[in-house]
Amino acid sequence: MNLEKVIFGFFIVLALTLNFAFFVGDMANPLYHNTFILFAALIVSLITTILKFGDSSHMGAIFFATSLVADIQLLVAAIIWGWAAHISLAGVTPAAMVTVVSVSGGALLANIVSVVLLVAETLSIRR
Amino acid sequence: MSKTNIYYVLLKRLRVPLITLILIYAVSMVGFVLIPGRDNEGNVWMMSYFHAFYFVSYMASTIGFGEIPYAFTDAQRMWTTVTIYASVIGWLYSIGSLLSVIQDPAIYRLRLESKFRTKIKLLHEPFYLVCGYGDTSARLVQALGQEGIRTVVLDKDEHRINELELRDPLLGRPLGLAADASKPAILEVAGVLNIYCKGVIALTDSDQANLLIALSTELFKPHLRLIARAESPEIVSSISSFGGNEVISPFELFADRLELVLTKPSHYLLSEWLTGIPNQTLLDPSFPKAGAWILIGYGRFGRAVYRRLHAAGIAVQVIDQHTDLQDAPSNSLIGYQANLESLQLAGIDSAVGLIAATSDDATNLSILMTARELRPELFMVARQNQQDNSPIFERAHFQLTMNRGNVLAQKVFSLLRTPLTRDFLRLAQDENKAWVDQLLSRIIGITQDKLPYLWETKLTPRYSPAVYSACAAGQRVPLKYVIANPSQRQQTLPIIPLLLKRVDTLLLMPDGETLLQPGDRILMCAPHEAYEQMQWATQNQKVLHYLLTGEEWVSSRLLRRLLSSR
Repeated sequence: MNLEKVIFGFFIVLALTLNFAFFVGDMANPLYHNTFILFAALIVSLITTILKFGDSSHMGAIFFATSLVADIQLLVAAIIWGWAAHISLAGVTPAAMVTVVSVSGGALLANIVSVVLLVAETLSIRR
Repeated sequence: MSKTNIYYVLLKRLRVPLITLILIYAVSMVGFVLIPGRDNEGNVWMMSYFHAFYFVSYMASTIGFGEIPYAFTDAQRMWTTVTIYASVIGWLYSIGSLLSVIQDPAIYRLRLESKFRTKIKLLHEPFYLVCGYGDTSARLVQALGQEGIRTVVLDKDEHRINELELRDPLLGRPLGLAADASKPAILEVAGVLNIYCKGVIALTDSDQANLLIALSTELFKPHLRLIARAESPEIVSSISSFGGNEVISPFELFADRLELVLTKPSHYLLSEWLTGIPNQTLLDPSFPKAGAWILIGYGRFGRAVYRRLHAAGIAVQVIDQHTDLQDAPSNSLIGYQANLESLQLAGIDSAVGLIAATSDDATNLSILMTARELRPELFMVARQNQQDNSPIFERAHFQLTMNRGNVLAQKVFSLLRTPLTRDFLRLAQDENKAWVDQLLSRIIGITQDKLPYLWETKLTPRYSPAVYSACAAGQRVPLKYVIANPSQRQQTLPIIPLLLKRVDTLLLMPDGETLLQPGDRILMCAPHEAYEQMQWATQNQKVLHYLLTGEEWVSSRLLRRLLSSR
């Protein structure tokens, strides 16, 4: 058992599950989407990215890229939400909420790719 | 060393500090979002993530704008106290690790190496790779720099490489890396495979390392020029056994010169003048009388000297303090200290010269000074081991001082810059004294009291386009016109053509009527000003036309046709 692999596997799967937890539910309704979960998903995704810092292997580079995509999308989702809640005069409208959730859906896709890669890598090594 | 990108290493080391910072920020923010605050009217007010991030950002960086948008409740203040300490510690830790990563010697070396690698890649001019930066290399690099030839220097010792930084940048400061040149990977980093690398010069202190450098160079690039220094005969023969390597043994080299001084003084002077570093003042030559010699120190250098002098039929009395010398000549004073008594035993009163050849400078100096008290007219040869002792050796004015650094640097410099010099001196070796003396007086005649400047004129489109195209077009180009004064063709510039090399034939002292052919290489000797004037003929078609025909060049084709039809 490789501790580094455990930690990385944990964070990458956690990023996916948190992201999913935020994403599911009525897209336009803020009740289905919790700010804490979005925050947690963003933090975990950032940590996943940093865990791949300086990994010069091919697989490492791909993981770095996909988790970077997830970071950016979650960050954009958080910024849109913050904008809607604090700056825009209309407040958190269903339209704004739909944008936030669909952008986080993009991050979900990136996280799914990461996990698929992780599974593929694990299967191909067989050790 | 593998081709590690230093940024990967840096990022890898920054993982933990960055994650720590993110976690501290996350926990602090969540705390502020959860703890209820109150607005100015006393209503419960929950901080949003946006406000929490804003507050934590300015608090953690100790900017501290205060409690905004509303004054904090006690619960919020308590949490703020906790987070202030946590975030300050987090930042200190992260910045501390970042600084320590940057200052880490391993990272520092990687950074230097990666900078060096980039510089080598950007080097788009011919250069020589010099391995080992000692006295010899320092002189060599300096002399090559003055000629505008770039060098790349490798040395194990970081201090020596740092010395490179102090050199005059106008002389093309050499690129240097502190690394072990005997490792093939290092040679590769230093650009041995680069197309601009003209040759490798192995001058490290260790014969073994020089052999390894020679081997790796041969395997990396089979036809690359390699000049190595080696002291033990076994290594000399193994380095010269493969490829076209040139091996120089400083002891043998100096012993050769000493033999030349004693047997053929004029030849010695000629080779000194032609291989010296240009523009130095010519020294008054002094030569020993015939007679018996005393040699102190029968080590590697002493043996090399003895062998030659003995072969030349010169009587040599050896003194050595070591008692375990098996191969010393039978009448030697073995086990004697070098002092007044042993000098007298060895017959200093009837000797003509004294060679102090021990590996200790103090011994060499003291015995020569003792002998000078007895017989000031003796011809004295000193072996100087330490470069630092140069000032005293110079002041002592011995007739000949063997300084390894100088001897080697001169030799390598002349091999690199004018390879034909070697061929010339070999041919001159067979000429008689009268021939050499005549040449010496001609050289003095043109250079006054400076060492002459030597160069090779190559008849190729690149080096002498004008002469090349004239020859290639079938024009008759006698040598005398190429070295004529570009503004007055009846006069000849003060240039002595020493040797002409055409394919495999060597022509010693070619005369003015020799017709030049494309591909010829001519070794010339002159004051530096004459070299510059001669460039007109080799580079400029119009000037060459005037020199060859005595007529001005007519550039317009129409005019030329009109004039010729008349």
